[in-house]
Amino acid sequence: MTHSSAWKQALLPGAVLAILLLIGLPLLNTLGFLSDYYLNLFGKYLALAILALGMDLIWGYAGILSLGQAIFFGFGAYAMGMYLMLASSGQGVYGERIPDFMVWNRVTTLPFFWKPFQYFPVALILALAIPAVAACIFGVLTFRRRVSGTYFAILTQAMAFATWLMCNRNEMNLGGTNGLTDFKSLFGFSLHTPSTLRVLYLVTALFLVGSFIVCKWLVGSKMGLVLTAMRDQEQRLRFLGYPIAHYKIFIFALAAMLAGLSGALYAPQVGIITPSQIGVLPSLEVVVWVATGGRGTLIGALLGAVGINAARSLLTARYPEWWPIILGGLFVGVVILFPDGLVGIPKQLRQRIRRARTQLFERPASGSVPSPSGRGLG
Amino acid sequence: MLTMQSLNVFYGDSQVLWDVQLNVPPGQVVCLLGRNGVGKTTLLKSIMGLLPLRSGSITFHGQDLTVLSPDERARRGIGYVPQGRDIFPDLTVDENLRVGLVARGTKNGTIPAEIFQRFPALQTMLARKGGLLSGGQQQQLAIARALVTQPTLLLLDEPTEGIQPSIILDIEESIHRLKQEGRMAILLVEQYLDFARRLADHIYVMEQGVIVLEGKIQELQEDVVKRYLAV
Amino acid sequence: MEKQGSIIYLEDITVSFDGFQVLRGVDFYVDRGELRALIGPNGAGKTTLLDAICGKVKPATGRIIFGEKTDLTTLEEHEITMLGIGRKFQTPSVFKNLTLVENLTLALHQPRGVWSTLFGSVGTAQMDKIAPTLETLGLLDKAYHKAGSLAHGEMQWLEIGMVIVQEPALFLLDEPVAGMTKDERERTGQLLQRLAQDHAVLVVEHDMDFVRQTAHRVTVLHEGSVLCEGSVDMVQRDPRVVEVYLGRGHKVDAHDAKS
Repeated sequence: MTHSSAWKQALLPGAVLAILLLIGLPLLNTLGFLSDYYLNLFGKYLALAILALGMDLIWGYAGILSLGQAIFFGFGAYAMGMYLMLASSGQGVYGERIPDFMVWNRVTTLPFFWKPFQYFPVALILALAIPAVAACIFGVLTFRRRVSGTYFAILTQAMAFATWLMCNRNEMNLGGTNGLTDFKSLFGFSLHTPSTLRVLYLVTALFLVGSFIVCKWLVGSKMGLVLTAMRDQEQRLRFLGYPIAHYKIFIFALAAMLAGLSGALYAPQVGIITPSQIGVLPSLEVVVWVATGGRGTLIGALLGAVGINAARSLLTARYPEWWPIILGGLFVGVVILFPDGLVGIPKQLRQRIRRARTQLFERPASGSVPSPSGRGLG
Repeated sequence: MLTMQSLNVFYGDSQVLWDVQLNVPPGQVVCLLGRNGVGKTTLLKSIMGLLPLRSGSITFHGQDLTVLSPDERARRGIGYVPQGRDIFPDLTVDENLRVGLVARGTKNGTIPAEIFQRFPALQTMLARKGGLLSGGQQQQLAIARALVTQPTLLLLDEPTEGIQPSIILDIEESIHRLKQEGRMAILLVEQYLDFARRLADHIYVMEQGVIVLEGKIQELQEDVVKRYLAV
Repeated sequence: MEKQGSIIYLEDITVSFDGFQVLRGVDFYVDRGELRALIGPNGAGKTTLLDAICGKVKPATGRIIFGEKTDLTTLEEHEITMLGIGRKFQTPSVFKNLTLVENLTLALHQPRGVWSTLFGSVGTAQMDKIAPTLETLGLLDKAYHKAGSLAHGEMQWLEIGMVIVQEPALFLLDEPVAGMTKDERERTGQLLQRLAQDHAVLVVEHDMDFVRQTAHRVTVLHEGSVLCEGSVDMVQRDPRVVEVYLGRGHKVDAHDAKS
């Protein structure tokens, strides 16, 4: 695969996605087949799909299991949320725009770390930069010390929990348990009108298609090969001269940046961001999305993210108490029945059909039955 | 003792063994020769039950093996030493050997002294974890562990690989003695031709999944060697 | 102990595992353009010596000087490799889920940094280097097969190929001919002799015929120390070597053991 054909490998499915998401769905909406409500839902799903893409990069390709991706999602969501709060809030005592919850908490001046978020470009850049830098620091502290596998996963989970705890505290001035709420408008456009939400959908879809193309190009490049080899036998790759820690830090930071982007696109479409979206459970959910869709395929991450969140919207409306059980059951089911995820189902079916066919039409010799303990390649 | 008829084995969709017939009489050493990748290891794995047969039969002491799982085959008396030092790295040398005793249903028995006579290095390392042994020591341990189970059929896949010459001579002696006692039959895959020559009663030469030649080791001609064992 | 012209020089190297000394103050060097065989009983410390050189284990004492004055004991594995040391391991450790071409692509002598691989190509340009190597190894027809589907001996070859395309100054080969037929060993021996013309090659092996065919000099390791060192003939006739390693039945005559 040449350099240019890595691009081709990325652009073709990217184009298909673009047509589907940038033209197809909005068209259905304009023609009245898809309500504004569902289009907005889809916008949220696509934002989460970007988060899933990053997860697939680090887990499906590089073999790094992070149970804390929701942290970086949260950084991005809070960054955008802070801008939206400032944009929507009334005048404080000193003439500064100051969010309501601070007024209630008797905070009279805007804390210094809120100030940069008055400006949209700054908020957007920070939404991407803060997760990336945080991931770099975390990566340097862990990957350079060769912390990996289970220990790394546990550390990320601990970080997720710690971040959640921090964001819950009122002293942090991030809205405490309630989080940042009641976003009213963006650039003067109300966040409650269908036309604004339609534009948000298009922007999200555009970023998703762009992220997908970039990820697809990356895994088709030589780096993609290095990451796959790293997942297979990291130590052997060291003895071929590759600085493993650098690669891990890079891909972890990239995934964090995608998570931040995801959060920044999610917040305005949902209208609220709370600590419950950035802790241990949301982080685990991302893993379930990618596993169900099929890890290591990128498209599987998209399918999983959209599919499971769509299922959740459907089911929690009718059976809210059952959702955690369904989610858990789904994960167990995928691991047992469809280890390659949804994306792998066609291949599995084909194999089953072929096996059934050979058993039907081939006459077995005396007393020989294929041993179920047979392994594949030896 | 062991008879194979019309064996056909597949990996997924590709056939790797075609119509293999092979016979290992009791008390004899049979050697499988052939280049890399012709299917020698595949054949041993099929005998052990680690690979399913598409068709064909394997009988051991007159009994059909294909209905038995690998562990059942081991309990019937087949000892398998796979290529590549497959020992338990987290168990000590002593524990590795005792695993063999369990297979014979004598969990608290003692390890036969002959084992340590053949592999004196192992006796000095009984408490060492298998993973800390050198490659060659691990190979010695793998063979010793199979011998502990006192099999009637021993499947050896490149047993001399990575072993120092003096121990190779010892292994040769052990196999000679086992042959003379007449209790064990041995099916040997071996690239070290001198070793095979001195031990084997009968040889089979394989090429691309098929047995192309069989006969007595003395009959092995130079041109055959060139044709099937050369690159 | 001359240091001039040596490509690698180990000085007073001690390595311990679990309280057990595997290498005891070893002094050892290899010259440029030399093909040295390292032999010795199982457990003598041969693989551990290679491990110390390429950074897999850190010695408790001593220095390892590569080239003029680079001390390898302070460097990480990938840094040591990039200095020009290529290692083939005792048990084949190729990337089983990748194809042969992909395995070799990773090993090619090219920049290893994050940015280089991000914008590097994975294509036909590489095949110019990879195809001849695959042909020499006799694996050209399996170029796009997954490495995991290879037979044991073929994996050895693939790994040797991977070291070759790294274009190292020093080859560390741990049992390169294990699992090969007599003829395959001869061909590998010829390959190594060609490589030794421009590189240094350190081989750990047990096959004395192979050692005789290829090695310029032989070092015998026993219980973590150098027992003796010299030409193949000299070493084979040394009674200590016969005692601990070769065994009394071993035929020393060069005309026998041909098959």
